[in-house]
Formats: sequence, structure tokens, C-alpha cells
Amino acid sequence: MFHTYKNPVYEYKKSRDQNTSGPVHHPLVVVGAGPVGMAAAIDAAQQEIPTLILDEDNTVSVGSRAVCYSKRTLEIMNRLGCSQPMIERGVTWNLGKVFFRDQLVSSFNLLPEDGHKLPAFINLQQYYLEEYLVRRMDEFENLEIRWKNRVMAVETNADRVVLSIDTPDGPYQLSCDWLLVADGANSPVREFLGLESRGQWFHDRFLIADVVMKAEFPPERWFSFDPSYHPGRSTLLHRQPDDVWRLDFQLGWDADPEMEKKPENVIPRVRAMLGADIEFELEWCSVYTFRCRRMETFRHGRVFFVGDAAHQVSPFGARGANSGIQDTDNLIWKLKLVMTGKAPDRLLDSYSDERVYAADENIMNSTRATDFITPKSAVSHTFRDAVLELSCQQPFARDLINSGRLSDTAFLTESALTTPDSDRFGSDMVPGAAMLDAPVTGSQGSQWLIDLVGGRFTLLYFVDETATLSRSVLQDLEALGANRIPVKSLVIGGHGEPAAGVATVIDTQGLFRKRYDATEGTTYLIRPDQQVTARWRAFDITKIVAAIDSATANH
Amino acid sequence: MPLVRETNFHQPGKRYFRRYRAGDDFYEALINMHRELSDEQSAKANAKLILLLANHIGDLEVLGEALEIARSGVDSFPENE
Repeated sequence: MFHTYKNPVYEYKKSRDQNTSGPVHHPLVVVGAGPVGMAAAIDAAQQEIPTLILDEDNTVSVGSRAVCYSKRTLEIMNRLGCSQPMIERGVTWNLGKVFFRDQLVSSFNLLPEDGHKLPAFINLQQYYLEEYLVRRMDEFENLEIRWKNRVMAVETNADRVVLSIDTPDGPYQLSCDWLLVADGANSPVREFLGLESRGQWFHDRFLIADVVMKAEFPPERWFSFDPSYHPGRSTLLHRQPDDVWRLDFQLGWDADPEMEKKPENVIPRVRAMLGADIEFELEWCSVYTFRCRRMETFRHGRVFFVGDAAHQVSPFGARGANSGIQDTDNLIWKLKLVMTGKAPDRLLDSYSDERVYAADENIMNSTRATDFITPKSAVSHTFRDAVLELSCQQPFARDLINSGRLSDTAFLTESALTTPDSDRFGSDMVPGAAMLDAPVTGSQGSQWLIDLVGGRFTLLYFVDETATLSRSVLQDLEALGANRIPVKSLVIGGHGEPAAGVATVIDTQGLFRKRYDATEGTTYLIRPDQQVTARWRAFDITKIVAAIDSATANH
Repeated sequence: MPLVRETNFHQPGKRYFRRYRAGDDFYEALINMHRELSDEQSAKANAKLILLLANHIGDLEVLGEALEIARSGVDSFPENE
């Protein structure tokens, strides 16, 4: 096994913190250098927060594990400066196909329109993503990673958190203002603090078999219900880079995980699925069970839980790693504002409020998929099969097939931070939505909106013709740039030349206008995490400032 | 009006941002209705449900179309051994 990848070994170095008498203090410590912890650390470093990240191990993921990354995750990685190698190596796919008893019953395109910088999904082994994140972390002076640093105890006080850490050179302590816990589903830190993640176990087992083969299957997601080679159960086929293919087999609860993992038992299953004449080699195998659960709240004073440590979902729909990365996207800018005294502490509660809402949606969707894929009763099974049979002819039934609702973003319309619509809009870019990308033209040629927004508050102001931009609006935009919480402005013109004194792009393809239902004077306020937080049909600086205050809990 | 074959699940006053969401809401409610019922009880609940919905639709042409589609697939789809 492991023909295509060799895990790097990162060097443990004794830190100067280990030679001091008392614990050395750090502003921010992240526990766990998985995709979520590293995304958090990079985001924090980019926000100029000195950051220390600890990991108990000294390598990246063993095995491909989370392989499916969504457009929103790629947009976050884009903001963090990591998307390019992901796109270059990753397998881009948009098409999913569903088979029932060997017959194609449905296919779905996840990105039915052009005009986005990033694709709907890529498949990429988790170890590659982690490697790229490690490489990116190395570029920051204010970001330090310590491998082979295992947290053994956590003590929380009103003014700081104290960590006891074990290393190859023995134990030491350090303290921090803020602790981000990204140490995975079985989070030791969660245990140390006596906290729980509660939910539901599913009584089923699945086999992952990654195989290396030269095959002519297209880069699509193939989900099979009740195939002849694996009757009564389901399978999944998905392509990864390096000619590695992810195969999933539903095994049932009675399967013996140790037996099922053995190559002599895996190989016949793979052969049955792929056909006798396809040559392959096993790359990695794993048998897993899963549960859907979450912590009651993701914030405990100075401690934040992110990713699997905070919430866990079944794997159908790729909502695990993707939602974890979206957690940190939501948290870091808030932390920066609170750390610099620009927002009150209660802004940090909104991290939990917003991400608990998103976690509940993820848990709901992945639980529903699990119930569809593995029906729990005879009648449930009958309905499931009826949906699949009908779907050959009936479009509505196709939409009911649930082989995993692939990771999408929650609409945070109920969040206390968003300013509800007071004007009428026809688009789904409601306050609380993750912003949609659009192609635009700037002074340097073609650009993507998503590249121009993020990391700080941004105001998008639309005018049909840039020449008509009024002096008073320009003055207000300048004032917003000097606001206590500064706002970057981007004028988007339907036509015209870039306006003087303000960043301007032209909506040459009309897609911004369409996606944002923009008309003369339409104004969108975007949060640092690229979420729409308010929008109006006309520019009004008083309303804009009030919406910024609302979005930062400064009211 | 002929039988609606495109997705039609919705709830007055509720905004759905995802195409699959209203259908999934219904499907979950349907499966939940059967929770803790025996197979026999489930069959009876299904029969009542069909009668209620048929009366609500009322239009015999639509119902006739649905009856035909429901019947026709039952013995034609391949079974696994």
C-alpha cells in the first residue's frame, strides 16, 4: 500500500519556551495542525495576529481521508493564498451520477454556470492539502509551528489559558489569551475541559478502498444504490489525483472491521466493482463508522472549538472538512477586531451562534442522506426504492434522490449581525449569504470579484456608468476608508472607465448585475469573511455605518 | 392541468435557497410518520395518506395519470437476485 505518496517528516525543534522558568505567554495558540487548524493559523497570521500552532505528530494526514473540497472552501483557501496548488493538482469535477441496480437514473451538475474563478468541487488527498498549508505557514514571520508538541492538560482562567505540553524533550507549559481547538473528532482538549459533543451514532460500517489504476472512467462522482456486484447496499466511486480512485462500500453493521480491512477481502470487492480485466493496486484501506453530533456551544470563554472537535457529520456530502474550514473563516476576523479593541467581546459569541446554525444544517443534511442511503425500516426502504425507480422518468423524483447533499454554505439570515433587507431584491445574495463570485474587468484586465474582496469589510457600489459617480459619494467612500473599522470600497460600473480616486471594475459580462440584482446605486456591504451582511438600493452612509456596527456587535 | 412532474415542494411564506431542501423536508416528515409502526400499520398509514392526497387533488384526470405511472413501473424495473 501507499504507492503514490510518501509522508513528509517535519522536524521537531526544542523551543526557547521550554527553557524558561515560568510559562511564556502567547496571544493565540491553535491546537491541531490538520486542515482546519492550519487554515485558522494562516488566517490569523494574515490578520497580523502572532500565532503559535501545536501538533502532536510530525507529518501530514496518513491516508487520503477528506478528499472533496467545495467551491466555498477553495474561495477561503484562495483568500489564504493556498488555492493555486490545490487547483493545479486536484481533480476538478462538477458532475455526479446516480445508478440504481446498474442503471443510470440521474445525474446532476453542481456548477451549471460559468463565471466563477473556482470550480464547484475538487478532489484532492488530504495529505496534499496539508502539505500546501504547511508550506504556506512557513511564509509567515509571525506564525510558528511546533511539531511533536502534545497538549496534556488545559487550565482556563478569566484572563488566560495555561497549557501543559509534552515533547520529546519533556514537558513544559505556556499560556495564551485565546485558544483555538482543532484537535479532531475525539478532541483531547474537549475531554480535558470536561465538555461533550452529543448526537447520534449510525449503525453501519463503510469500507474505503483507495486504489491506483489506469482507467478511463471520467472525473465524476458515481453513486450506486443496490448494484449487482454489491447487492442490497451502496457504493461510491470518485477520482483523486495520481490515478488514485476512492471506492466506498457500505458493509452493514455486522461486518467485522478487522477482517474487512484485509487486502484478501478488499481485493475481491474492488474486482467485482471494476470488472475482472482492470488492473489495480490497493493504496489505502479503512473501515469506518460515523456519528452526527456537536457541542452545545463552540465558545467557552477564551477557548474556541473548530472543525470536527466542535461538530461531526456523516461523510455523505463532504460536509466535514469543508465546514471546519468555514468555521475558522467566520472566527478569525472577529478575534482580530476584539483583540485590537475595535469590537466588544460579545462579537465572539456570534462565532458560536453562526457556526452552530451552520453545523445543525450540515448535520441535518448529512443525517437525511444517511437515512436515504441506509433505510432503517422496510417502509423506508420501499419509499427509497420507489424514488429511485420513478427518477428514470420523473424529474421531481430525481431531486428527491439523496446520495449526499454536497457541501454548501448556510445562509445566516437569522444572525444578529446581519442587517435584514429593507429594500426589494430579486437575488439570493441576501444578508447572511456567502458572496458569489463574478468576472469583472479592472485596469489590469480580467479579474475575479472574489480576489478583490475579503480580509476586511468591503463596500460594493454599483453604477451603470462610472462617469456619473457623484463627488459626494466619493467623499463618503473615502470617509468609510477612514472609519474606526475601515471599509474598503469597490465601485462596479456597468460601463465606463475606472473612476479616479477609488478602486473600480467594470461588469463587462453583466454577471455581477445579474447575480446581485444590481441597479443604479445598489450597495452591498461584505464582511471580511466574504459574507453579505447588508444591502440597499441606494447609497446611504448612515445606514452603512449602522450596518458595520451591527456586524461587529458595536451597538 | 396535467400531473406535475417537476419538483413542486414548497411552503407558503418560507424562502428556500437550496433546490433540494423543501423536498428533503417533506421526505423526512414522510419517513418520520412511519416511525415505530409495524409493516402492517405502515401500509395502512400509507393507504390513508394516498386517500387524503387524492381527495385534495380531486381531478380524476391527474389521479388517473398518477395511477398509471405508479402501476407501470412496479414490475418492469430489474431486480437483483
